[in-house]
Amino acid sequence: MAESDRDEMQAPARMPPPRMAGSLLPRFDTPLVPRNSISGRALVAVVAIMTFLASLTTGAVILVSGAANEWQSDVAREITIQVIPAPNRNPEATADKAAAVARAFPGIGEVRVYSKEESAKLLEPWLGSGLTLDTLPVPRLIVVRIASGAVPDMAQLRKQLAEQAPGATLDDHRGWIERMRAMTATAVAAGVGILILMLAATVLSVTFATRGAMATNKIVIEVLHFVGAKNGFIAGHFQRHFLMLGLQGGAIGGGSAILLFLLAGGLSRWFAGSAGGDQTSAMFGSFSIGISGYIAVLGQVVLIAVVTALTSRQTVNRTLEMID
Amino acid sequence: MVRFENVGLRYGIGPEVLRDLTFRIEPHSFQFLTGPSGAGKTSLLRLLFLSLKPTRGLITQFGHDVATLSRDAVATLRRRIGIVFQDFRLLDHMSLYENVALPLRVMGRPEESYRDEVIELLKWVDLGERMWALPPVLSGGEKQRAAIARAVIARPQLLLADEPTGNVDPTLAQRLLRLFIELNKSGTSVVIATHDIALMDQYDARRLVLHDGRLHIYD
Repeated sequence: MAESDRDEMQAPARMPPPRMAGSLLPRFDTPLVPRNSISGRALVAVVAIMTFLASLTTGAVILVSGAANEWQSDVAREITIQVIPAPNRNPEATADKAAAVARAFPGIGEVRVYSKEESAKLLEPWLGSGLTLDTLPVPRLIVVRIASGAVPDMAQLRKQLAEQAPGATLDDHRGWIERMRAMTATAVAAGVGILILMLAATVLSVTFATRGAMATNKIVIEVLHFVGAKNGFIAGHFQRHFLMLGLQGGAIGGGSAILLFLLAGGLSRWFAGSAGGDQTSAMFGSFSIGISGYIAVLGQVVLIAVVTALTSRQTVNRTLEMID
Repeated sequence: MVRFENVGLRYGIGPEVLRDLTFRIEPHSFQFLTGPSGAGKTSLLRLLFLSLKPTRGLITQFGHDVATLSRDAVATLRRRIGIVFQDFRLLDHMSLYENVALPLRVMGRPEESYRDEVIELLKWVDLGERMWALPPVLSGGEKQRAAIARAVIARPQLLLADEPTGNVDPTLAQRLLRLFIELNKSGTSVVIATHDIALMDQYDARRLVLHDGRLHIYD
């Protein structure tokens, strides 16, 4: 356009020369995608809440699975030898012999023969105190702990006991372990199922919240399109903006969940030794989700942010297809 | 510059809203596009603006057959066309300055390279003192001028305006018409879609009249 043409249309209200005016202009770099919109803030809230809930679910599954493994390995690390009293057999001698066999057996860590008093104590809850065990055929117990990392040959031990200490029977808690395994597998499977449902709910709610937030941006997409912006340019701007919103919400939700786990871990250490603390610790272990747990929470934050970004990109592309 | 040959347009399976359009828009030309409501003016503008593809016939723009263009090629071609929407379509979260600079920004030009140009154009359309106001606080006339400034900032070869005087009083309508005439004199082809007979009577230009989907040309 020629300079003279512009001068002809010169407005009556004059501005300072461009250099001065330039220094006065405060808003040169407003993002193409509006920030701080109500729908944007609502999306951050949805992402934060869903990430928090998904992270709690992940943490709970990790805690249950870890505690279940601990119970199982605790039970599996211990075996019991019982010496059942029988006529013409000295249970004390058999117990000592059986303990000696166990001690000499490879892979065995600690062997402890329960005294008569200790056995009486074990029966006390059922039979009451002040009991004289001499009148009852109470079996003698030998608790054997397996050395860490060792896998003793139970069949061989059972055979040696039968040969060298008749009357001594070996209980490797297999029945309990099988039950425990079934129980923990069920608990972990249920947890993983809930986690999958939680993640699906998170992805769906974040997808719909993103679409809702995008609805208010339709005019921005249209205008950018009509002033000659390429589709990739428009989609890229929206994707970056919504990735940041997703990360922001994810950081709030995931961060809160991590803080909660750290706090729970600290409290469980604080209450260690008290009856309630010990019971909780027996159920859930140390209440720590470990490094892998924190990585899983961070992974969820990234996943949810990526879902937000990709949904916005998809919505931009769909809007552009509808325009043309 | 623009060539239509036997162009027809229908939406979905409905009747043809535009039929057998054959015309040219020459470089440096000025034309009014008129016709009763529902005659297809906006549809024709959308065809000219490459936001619709014809259901039959041939449209060439700047030497390109539009049917064969990729999306990115259409976006690039659209940068040579400026459009003024009837409802302005300014972005409410951006200042007037940024709204007007938008076509240059999406081309990837750095802000320093166009700052003076945008300020000069805003002054030219009498918006120098409102350049950092946000659109929601502007009057209809101010929005209209900002929309025109945005349409011409990238010096398009073809300017399309949909009822550009529909929201302004006769005095401002006259001023806007002068603005379009000046743009035309500086080399831009102009197509103004309007109902405003008084406006058309003020300037002797070619008239494209749409009636029942057919085009009648009065040179």
